[in-house]
Amino acid sequence: MKLRPLSAGFIPLVDAAPLIVAKELGFAEEEGLALDLVSAPSWSTLRDMLAFGQIQAAHMLSPVPVASALGLMNGIPRLNALMVLSVNGTVFGISESIAQRLENTSFAFDFSGAQAAGRALAELKTPLRIGVPFILSMHHELVSLWLTRSGMVAGEDFQICAVPPPMMAQAVKNGDLDAFCVGEPWGSVTVERASGILLVPGSAIWSSAPEKVLAVREDWAEKHPDETARLMRATWRAAEWLGRKGNSAMAAEFMAVDRYLGLGPDIIERALTGELIVNSQGDLRKTPDFLRLHGSDTCFPWKSKAAWIGESLSCRYGLEPLSSKASAESVFRSDLFRENLAGLGANMTLVSDATEDASNEIQTAEDHSEELILGPNRFL
Amino acid sequence: MANALTIVIVEQDKDRASAIVESLRETGEHDIHVLAGESGLARSVMRLEPDVVLIDVADPSRDSIEQIALASGPMDRAVALFVDHSDAQMTKTAIEAGVSAYVVDGLQFDRIKPVIDAAIARFQLYQRMRTELETTKRALEDRKIIDRAKGLLIKARNISEEEAYALLRKTAMDQGKRVAEVSRALVSAADLLL
Repeated sequence: MKLRPLSAGFIPLVDAAPLIVAKELGFAEEEGLALDLVSAPSWSTLRDMLAFGQIQAAHMLSPVPVASALGLMNGIPRLNALMVLSVNGTVFGISESIAQRLENTSFAFDFSGAQAAGRALAELKTPLRIGVPFILSMHHELVSLWLTRSGMVAGEDFQICAVPPPMMAQAVKNGDLDAFCVGEPWGSVTVERASGILLVPGSAIWSSAPEKVLAVREDWAEKHPDETARLMRATWRAAEWLGRKGNSAMAAEFMAVDRYLGLGPDIIERALTGELIVNSQGDLRKTPDFLRLHGSDTCFPWKSKAAWIGESLSCRYGLEPLSSKASAESVFRSDLFRENLAGLGANMTLVSDATEDASNEIQTAEDHSEELILGPNRFL
Repeated sequence: MANALTIVIVEQDKDRASAIVESLRETGEHDIHVLAGESGLARSVMRLEPDVVLIDVADPSRDSIEQIALASGPMDRAVALFVDHSDAQMTKTAIEAGVSAYVVDGLQFDRIKPVIDAAIARFQLYQRMRTELETTKRALEDRKIIDRAKGLLIKARNISEEEAYALLRKTAMDQGKRVAEVSRALVSAADLLL
């Protein structure tokens, strides 16, 4: 059988794992695809390559397809999220000098409670300059939500700006940034370079935040339903493999090579196992659910999560909230997820909405055949 | 000057930056600024209130610039936006050439077109030069490794240079590989053995 060529772009990050494994372990080939993976230098360039057809699919920040539906990016066509590639996986870190000041208040650096950490930051009464990789990102959403709930005011008590992760460590060291929120391996890299201390994982702010999605152009998905299905199946099977116990060391080896992350496998594996070194003294903290690539409802593109992102963006950019919610929901393709992944053992649900920001309990939803167990979904 | 535009070029390489400036000057008396990718780049760009911002697609600082396109809200006319959306083909050509351009919305297309065209041409030239440089470099490396492999064969099998090359060529053909690849394998094996 002749393989169909398909190019997918990615940013060298640990949560690009499902695409890398889909290629390296042959899931893509088994689904009839000759998958070519292209590394991109920045999120804007990755988005443009997707928008203008140099690639057909991309590892993408979850707010980007939503922003495309809200018309926030002029000239960019509608992008769809076929499935969620990763839940959580980001870290919030601070500079040496901020850490010093927290230490003086005898703050416990336990790398878990977001409420206590937020309060401690607010009590410093110092405006914080915070770097995130891209302005349309879950990083931005999480930091804004968390610090606002901790009593800080956006634009006054904290300022968020976009800094490319490779430059983040230097910017913190130079004193241009007081804090940062990045995806792995960049948090660990900052610790390795002794220019930052990790304060809380993103999962302490929202325990089930859709971080990256598998994105395609909406018109491409319409014209190529078969390739879309093959790509989704290959990626889903890779994610399932990644979710199995004991595969993280091998996954880290796949990703370590130059054409993917070009870093030592040990630093990559930290995120996969949720065991992070949080400071240059080498203190290790274990975070269950630090990064979820599979299991329960991880890959399911909940419309309610798209709506949550849409609401947040419409609020920030002054858009009409009701129509924004509908537009946001329309790009998270839970319909294609059901259609294409039934029969692969993927968690299915008849509803596409869950309650965001309400539950502290593990929820269950009715499925056609069996019960879908929803992961814990909890805000700080 | 009615046609003068304020243009910001984000480029760390000084020679490259001045070559771009030069080619843009040919399109009119523009007010051109060059910035390197420093932290706080977005702020520096905004302070200059440019009509057009040009940056290499491969430059990671693009993500810092991108926030300008969103910062003051999409409903605001005075915002820098990604290349004029009326011309997707031009945007595509620009990206393929390796340049991304942010243009203030509402600017007349015929005013910026010469600038963007000049930038595209300049970046295409760079891309061609880069490809040529890489090809030359590779050819040189190949030549060196083939010579070493030939030398090894001449010594080990006591054959002439022509015979050594013929042997490498035949092996390459049989294995469906390039002569340089076969030579590289031979050289690294010899390094291990000797």
